[in-house]
Amino acid sequence: MRSAGPKPTVPVKGRPGLASRAWSVAAVPVVVIGLSVLLGAVIIVFSELLVPGHTFDIGLPVVAYSALVSGALGNPDAVVSTLVYSTPLIFGGLAVGFGFKAGLFNIGAQGQFLVGALGAVMAGVALAEVPAPIAIPLAALAGFVAGGIWGFIPGFLKAVSGAHEVVSTIMLNYVAVQLLAALVSGPLKVPRSPSPVTFDVGNAAFPVILGRNGHLGIALALLAAVFVWWLLYRTTWGFEVRAVGANPDAARYAGMRPKLITIATMTFSGALAGLAGTSVLLGVTHSMTSSFGTTVGFDSIAVALLARSNPLVIIPAALLFGGMRAGAGLMQIKAQIPVELVDVLQATILLFLVASPVLRRVLRVGRRHSGPTGVDTAATPAAGEAVAI
Amino acid sequence: MTDQTGTSLAPALEMRGITKRYPGVVANDGINLEVRPGEIHALLGENGAGKTTLMNVLYGLARPDEGEILLDGTAVRIAGPADAIARGINMVHQHFMLVPVLSVADNILLGEETMANRVFLDRKEAHRRIVELGRRFGFEIDPEARVGSLSVGWQQRVEILKALYRNARILVLDEPTAVLTPQETEEIFAVLRRLASEGHSIVFISHKLYEVLEIADRITVIRRGRVVGQRRPAETNEDDLAELMVGREVQLTVDRGISHPGEPVLRLSGLQAKDDRGNLAVRGVDLDVRAGEILGIAGVAGNGQDELVEAIIGLRHPTAGTVTLAGADMTGRSPRDMNEAAVAYVPADRHRFGLITPFSLADNLVLTSYYRRPYARGVIRDGDAIQRDALSSIERFDIRTPSAMVTAGTLSGGNQQKAVVAREFDRDLKLLVLDQPTRGLDVGSIEFIHRQVIAKRDAGTAVLLVSAELDEVLEMSDRIGVMYAGRIVAIVEGRTADKNEVGLLMATGGADRSGITPVEVPA
Repeated sequence: MRSAGPKPTVPVKGRPGLASRAWSVAAVPVVVIGLSVLLGAVIIVFSELLVPGHTFDIGLPVVAYSALVSGALGNPDAVVSTLVYSTPLIFGGLAVGFGFKAGLFNIGAQGQFLVGALGAVMAGVALAEVPAPIAIPLAALAGFVAGGIWGFIPGFLKAVSGAHEVVSTIMLNYVAVQLLAALVSGPLKVPRSPSPVTFDVGNAAFPVILGRNGHLGIALALLAAVFVWWLLYRTTWGFEVRAVGANPDAARYAGMRPKLITIATMTFSGALAGLAGTSVLLGVTHSMTSSFGTTVGFDSIAVALLARSNPLVIIPAALLFGGMRAGAGLMQIKAQIPVELVDVLQATILLFLVASPVLRRVLRVGRRHSGPTGVDTAATPAAGEAVAI
Repeated sequence: MTDQTGTSLAPALEMRGITKRYPGVVANDGINLEVRPGEIHALLGENGAGKTTLMNVLYGLARPDEGEILLDGTAVRIAGPADAIARGINMVHQHFMLVPVLSVADNILLGEETMANRVFLDRKEAHRRIVELGRRFGFEIDPEARVGSLSVGWQQRVEILKALYRNARILVLDEPTAVLTPQETEEIFAVLRRLASEGHSIVFISHKLYEVLEIADRITVIRRGRVVGQRRPAETNEDDLAELMVGREVQLTVDRGISHPGEPVLRLSGLQAKDDRGNLAVRGVDLDVRAGEILGIAGVAGNGQDELVEAIIGLRHPTAGTVTLAGADMTGRSPRDMNEAAVAYVPADRHRFGLITPFSLADNLVLTSYYRRPYARGVIRDGDAIQRDALSSIERFDIRTPSAMVTAGTLSGGNQQKAVVAREFDRDLKLLVLDQPTRGLDVGSIEFIHRQVIAKRDAGTAVLLVSAELDEVLEMSDRIGVMYAGRIVAIVEGRTADKNEVGLLMATGGADRSGITPVEVPA
């Protein structure tokens, strides 16, 4: 069992093979997505019955889903569109997932997304005439910092007073919505414009680097995923974040400062969510209306859960959700299924994920143990797993 | 308690050829166990030997792959704990299953309510039965007392009463004495003997060899899932049992040798600290620990030992007094500062403090040094150096693991503790603080860890050893401080200390101080 040299001689006896290990990792997401698609099909079939004159059509889900897929991947433009929709979800998923790693549930990604976009539009408008190589980094930095501030607040409150981040971030989401509305219809509004809208960000806009509208943010999001992975798994900071998330008592014993790490984690998480807003603003809308904002911040929670907070797995998870958004339009045209079906699918994915401890038991996958001690722990229910992913 | 019941009676419980396999391991391999009415039968084995699995099979928590269970000679299938209880099998767990805020009676009635009618409990009848049961087995208990206000010894009795209230005939006690003082242990033993004399059968699980020799009628030893021997106390001794258990000769008491104490390294003066609820738990401790000596702190759990250690190590801010390390004031410094000042700490609760169980063994081995060279350059971790040193620690500290990358949670308790010890011992130390370093470990691991501690002492490290195991303190310490109600009430020489006197000091704080030099206790 031991070796003297630096090369470990790991006994392979009793170790699961590659295929079975891959299955134990992928089983839950694959089954969750499959179940959601099936449930979506049932909803499609039965909701059609509510439309006067329509009849029971068992083939309709196939039409709808194939339209959804071809809308997401059918041609180069569709693929680029999927990437554009996925970009903020990657940033947002990273934000939420990074928080999970430190044991924090940042449900405020939506607020940080809005404030990040607000920071980017304010800087972008101010820098609209400045050369792009200066304007773009500064505007993006502004979005990053603004989101960071919105994450710092709940982190700080938690560290000094124990205020739970779920409560404080939800409340800050409302503050962000109202702040955005007040600024866009007030100081940031284009004078004499009939509707509340800001000026364009001009030179600060992300350049298109791919196809018709594939902007720079796509590349930044992919880089961010790699960076966050590196930060978490290759640096002492990431080690501290994960240690605090896994066992704050042991982290304190080991000389780490959990409160400081909580603040830093929430700030960085907020900053990543701020970049999500920045990527939409500088990459897609280029200006802000008072109705700016989608459900990116909330969808990001589903992305992070689906990817089990692994920064690299967040990329395919975000592509899945982004692809559904991108394909929804074609689905509505071809199969007359409202785009809102995509929301239903996302919601069912989330619900099935929350129930994943049950799924794990049904699928007989889970943490592998060996030896009688492991047997004992396996007998206890996987409490808290749903949140502590 | 000899075999007075004779062999004519059918065994109250018989487990025949019990085999239980888990993926990759055979936890029980054809185990036979026979317990007669009125017998106290000890089950002895190392951690992971299969005791718990066997009892889970008996309690219906695990279904055996092979073998059968007979009660009074009749084969039965036990469907689950409720079924086991209905058949008169009851278990008293090591960690009490009591609700501290409820009364004794309420705890006993939980799940076994005595009803006056369909809606209301018959408290009067319940109280009467509880008091009567207590008397029958030699103790007076107040059914209205809040369980949280009782001592551990009494809580244990409540657990036993709970079982008796459910008409238990077969009682399984899992390490019942782990948290008791010697006096409390004697009292519980008296209760157990009484139970046995009334025909109850008792399965007594323990690590403590001398206890097993004292209380059991028969002893079954299991190792790696098999029965390796059965003995009667009269025909065996501690060395024999230890050898059976471990499979090799074990030195039960580490030869502590002669210590050569030097200058005081750790000096506490007037140290006070509060517990988590804000009550003063350490009430003015003055103590010197010298280089090259082991100072043991004996005390019943909950007399301020944990808070004392945490105040020294920087996890708890002292409210008064000073902590001096080799002449430098370290009062209220952070755990990181203490670590940097060559102070190592082995915490009592390795799952809560000592390890991050979902992390790899390699990461756990650098848990307190991850930020230093060679494990990190700046903020970038050096995975190769971490892996290399992990393999070296695994080798030198004999940590049994398939690799350095498995999560710490999958290791056995003994190997987890070896990992903590490997991490904390593997450098030059001024002060080593050990809080319950061998709790829950088997004799082989205990022997190993004790040797390491002695080696550290002989290298000139000052060692502060806190343990609720009085035997451990007595065996290891050069000097012993007895802690009671937040104070060190006496300091005695380790070599000449008398177990009963120290036990008495632990229990009373010094009501009888004959032959012991008491320390000035500040008012």
